[in-house]
Amino acid sequence: MTKSALVIGGGIAGIQASLDLADRDIHVYLVERLPTIGGTMCRLDKTFPTNDCSACILSPKMADCIGHPNITTLTFHEVMKVEGKAGDFKVTLKKKARYVDPSSCTACGDCLAKCPSKGIPDEFEYGLATRRAIYIPHAQAVPRVAIIDAANCRMIKDGKCGVCAKVCQKKAISYEDKDQELTVEVGSIIAAPGFKAWNAAAATEYGYGRFKNVVTALEFERMMCASGPARGHIAVPSSGEEPKKIAFIQCCGSRSEKTGWKKYCSSVCCMYATKQAIITKEHINLQEDIFFMDIRSYGKEFEAYIDRAQKEYGIGMHRSARVSNVDEDPETKKLTVNFTDSNGDGKSEEYDIVVLSIGLNPPDGAEAIAKILGIELNEYGFCKTTVFNPLDTTREGVFVTGAFAAPKDIPTSVAEASGSAGKAGAFIVDDKFIPRAPKVYPQEKDVEGKEPRVGVWVCHCGINIGSVVDVPAVAEYAKSLPNVVLSRQSQYACAQDCLEEISRAIQEEDLNRVVVASCTPRTHEPLFREACRDGGLNKYLFNMANIRDQCSWIHMHAAEAATVKAKDLIRMAIAKVSLLEPLVGSEISVTKSAAVIGGGITGMTAALDIAAQGIPVFLIEKNKELGGFALNFRHKEDGKAVGDFVKELIQKIENNKKITVYKGAAVKDIPGFVGNFKVILDGGKEIPVGAILFATGAAQYKPAEYNYGSDKKVMTNVELENAMADGKFSGKDVAFVQCVGSRNSTVKYCSRVCCASSLRNAIQIKMKDPTANVTVIHKDIRTYGFREELYNKASSLGVKFLRYCVDDAMPDYNGKVVKAHDSILGTDVEIPVDTLVLAAGMTPLREEKEELAKMVKVPISKDGYFFEAHQKLRPVDFATEGVYVAGAAHWPKFMDECIAQGSGAAARMLTTISKDKLISEGIIAVSNPDLCDGCGVCEGCCDYNAITIVADENGFLRSNVNPGLCKGCGSCVASCPAAAMEQRGFRNKQIIAEIDALFNKAGV
Amino acid sequence: MSDFEPKIVAFCCNWCSYAGADGAGVARLQMPPNFRIIRTMCSARVDPEFILRSLAKGADGVIVLGCHPADCHYIGGNYRARRRIALIRMVLEQYGFDPKRLRLEWVSASEGEKFQKTLTDFVQTIKELGPTPLQEE
Repeated sequence: MTKSALVIGGGIAGIQASLDLADRDIHVYLVERLPTIGGTMCRLDKTFPTNDCSACILSPKMADCIGHPNITTLTFHEVMKVEGKAGDFKVTLKKKARYVDPSSCTACGDCLAKCPSKGIPDEFEYGLATRRAIYIPHAQAVPRVAIIDAANCRMIKDGKCGVCAKVCQKKAISYEDKDQELTVEVGSIIAAPGFKAWNAAAATEYGYGRFKNVVTALEFERMMCASGPARGHIAVPSSGEEPKKIAFIQCCGSRSEKTGWKKYCSSVCCMYATKQAIITKEHINLQEDIFFMDIRSYGKEFEAYIDRAQKEYGIGMHRSARVSNVDEDPETKKLTVNFTDSNGDGKSEEYDIVVLSIGLNPPDGAEAIAKILGIELNEYGFCKTTVFNPLDTTREGVFVTGAFAAPKDIPTSVAEASGSAGKAGAFIVDDKFIPRAPKVYPQEKDVEGKEPRVGVWVCHCGINIGSVVDVPAVAEYAKSLPNVVLSRQSQYACAQDCLEEISRAIQEEDLNRVVVASCTPRTHEPLFREACRDGGLNKYLFNMANIRDQCSWIHMHAAEAATVKAKDLIRMAIAKVSLLEPLVGSEISVTKSAAVIGGGITGMTAALDIAAQGIPVFLIEKNKELGGFALNFRHKEDGKAVGDFVKELIQKIENNKKITVYKGAAVKDIPGFVGNFKVILDGGKEIPVGAILFATGAAQYKPAEYNYGSDKKVMTNVELENAMADGKFSGKDVAFVQCVGSRNSTVKYCSRVCCASSLRNAIQIKMKDPTANVTVIHKDIRTYGFREELYNKASSLGVKFLRYCVDDAMPDYNGKVVKAHDSILGTDVEIPVDTLVLAAGMTPLREEKEELAKMVKVPISKDGYFFEAHQKLRPVDFATEGVYVAGAAHWPKFMDECIAQGSGAAARMLTTISKDKLISEGIIAVSNPDLCDGCGVCEGCCDYNAITIVADENGFLRSNVNPGLCKGCGSCVASCPAAAMEQRGFRNKQIIAEIDALFNKAGV
Repeated sequence: MSDFEPKIVAFCCNWCSYAGADGAGVARLQMPPNFRIIRTMCSARVDPEFILRSLAKGADGVIVLGCHPADCHYIGGNYRARRRIALIRMVLEQYGFDPKRLRLEWVSASEGEKFQKTLTDFVQTIKELGPTPLQEE
């Protein structure tokens, strides 16, 4: 019998893992203990560093999850027992009593309005708002159905009420509902229960709980959010007035030995606080200050984000400033923040609001979860993993992903989620595996020759559209337009209830065209097209009017003109949709093999993961040896030498019959398209593959500073590591200079790994010779996450830390003495050295990347690394289908991060190459042979060689388009002098209908 | 003339300039509401007929936005758009239109700000040129 997979936790990590498994036709049970999926991410306002709206990018994934035929989403369920072994687990689940039948509830809200048990703190809003005993968790909850909170329900407690059951038309309420047990059989398990925010009540010195205007960052997130209780109008809690000054206090609950605090760094707070400061500043003109010890902006484009916060937004950044306490003026409720500034002087400043940047702790019940799953936790109470196996728990067949293993941000969690999905899949897919049958859609209705019947939905998008555009007027106006048979408003058109409404209306109202006026088709068109398919309508009979991104958001102060524009855009969309025709994509065969370019640990990990699923892999390495940059390392991780690990990996690769290795090979070109690439090597060897991974890594910066290369006392961290391993190091006076080749005027980013490698070496020196003088000269120490241990250990061993000013020149060195300005002492300090260690940063090998990038048309970031499809939610995908990125080619990373990302990319590749065929886009060019006279203009126009001029049976030359090669740009269409070439979905008459509708208000 | 509110058609390619327009929205960059975007997959899809039709129907200006040179999602579509627009501008001039009424610009997916500046500037240019000459007839 074919097994399913179990994913525990419905946050972004669990959602991504479920989707990746399900896209490989593996059935998934997604178990969430709360009544809705979405986790912490769905409560965030924006996400750093792109400031994307969190709900906007997450909602489509939530809807995908609940709508996916291979995912059984079990909200309000808990895992009780796990028996059996990897490949063959029997899991007992508890279905908690909801008292509302989710299949009957339509989320109409009648019961919510009538429930007499009011004033209960709303958990979703962190208590900033109240709810009733029967409630819907939030506007975009998935599933969006009501639930009764039994502890507060008068009927369940005392048997006296029953109002909700009386008003419920659907008879969905049952007070007799009981917890139930069910068992499922699964091959593997992914644990993604997320994290719990630190309890700020332990920070008595900051007055949380005592002072009304001291809030946690998560509460502030809800205060900022347009869908939050204050509709995004940030106000001082005590007065309701607009704040003039806000302070953000970093490391609340993190990086401290205080009772109730955690020693580790929570990894994400520097960035989220900066994001909150920036977004607040976009709404209100005010003063904002962030108090921190080190600013830890180590991720992709994070440094530039911090820079913008300071320079463009004028946000005050107070370095090495630990806040001692916060006082409140009992009269005005204003808060005084007492802190030591970077010169060590005590200072005070008054603020209206203080935001506590609270850290990330293990999730609620982590110990119980660990016990049930039979896995171990680490000393901090997070899931125990190792550097070399970052996704494995201590039990075979049970994998971990997201913040349960360590505090981490969204993209890291997403990449890991894909990686765990890949690994979990290996316990399910075997020779006997039967893929789940594809989703069955209702028969598509025949629209041939039928009059268009258009249904229109106009979205409020919370207040994003509705606060500017007069949505009711626009919806009413749409009713007057030709072919429109219904026009409705929606709070969130992308929410599950509206999607279902669209599907239903297609059948009930016999619609044969649909228009949604909301946000951008770039993110939401697939979702609405799916709703059309669910209603039995060809997905190409749909059109969107972008009245948010390109209307309400850019004409916020011109409500009337924006409403007129919204009407125009809807009229144009209706004119076009009326002429659209059903399209069917053609089938593309898939070459079931993969190319991995780059044979470092990232590439080798990915190759092994793909080969483990029985798919051939071609591993292409430019050097004569596999191993990549890790070959330089001599240290140990978790007690195991890196060198041994790399050797084992190489051995596994070379012994694996599914993997073909090309060493000393360079890629010359990569023609083709998803499922059908050809990797051509120098020398002409052609390798057909279905998907490609760029794992080409990065290089260490070769310092031009400090006489490196000529002065024997000057070395890099890697050289020091090797010298120590060879017993050739005997330095007594050692100074490390951080940020050599990073965070300067030419290389602006942080190279992420150098602080930890310097500290690792500093600790080694001190362990061997406690009398050695070791100084680390730095701007910030960025040992994020559990790497903070290195910082603590180095300090306790007597390593001295000297912070020089971020904007100052690098420290001087005259061959004997390092001179640096100590920003804390405020004086210049001279340090005699016999060894000067340079923490050389990472350099992206831009030229090499640009060459590869050109072959498959993928972008390079401004820092010279590959640029993924979406920084938050598609961290290892490129916008070009079938091509992926992982490891240091994406951004500087530690080994465990490279390994996890390599596995993540492998899993994403498997979603393509595990299939026999893909369905191509329907929007391609077609030639009408009756009009074509074979002139060949189109042929020369096509950059993809998709067009050939061939003679038909009568010997006449005609243009012929290969649907597998056509990318649907439409260049040939605009060039055709005979109007024979057309682009499906963008036919001339369809675009002209848009133009005419714009100028012809009477209609089409 | 100061109350003249021009009507402008903006053709945006799906991959760069349409995304740039969305980016302007995400960043809440404010601009005059005089333009309406028509999305095509590539700037090279913009048939001369679309431009002439827009002007014939009463558009005061038409702007075509594509990916930067060498950045075209479809390799070289934007170069074709550039050649076509140059020709159409010549034709327009012969028919009595100020060729400034037709503009081609490059806006990448990350250039919300450039989108804002480009559109704001184009609206201003058209305001200075006044209503389309067709309106007088």
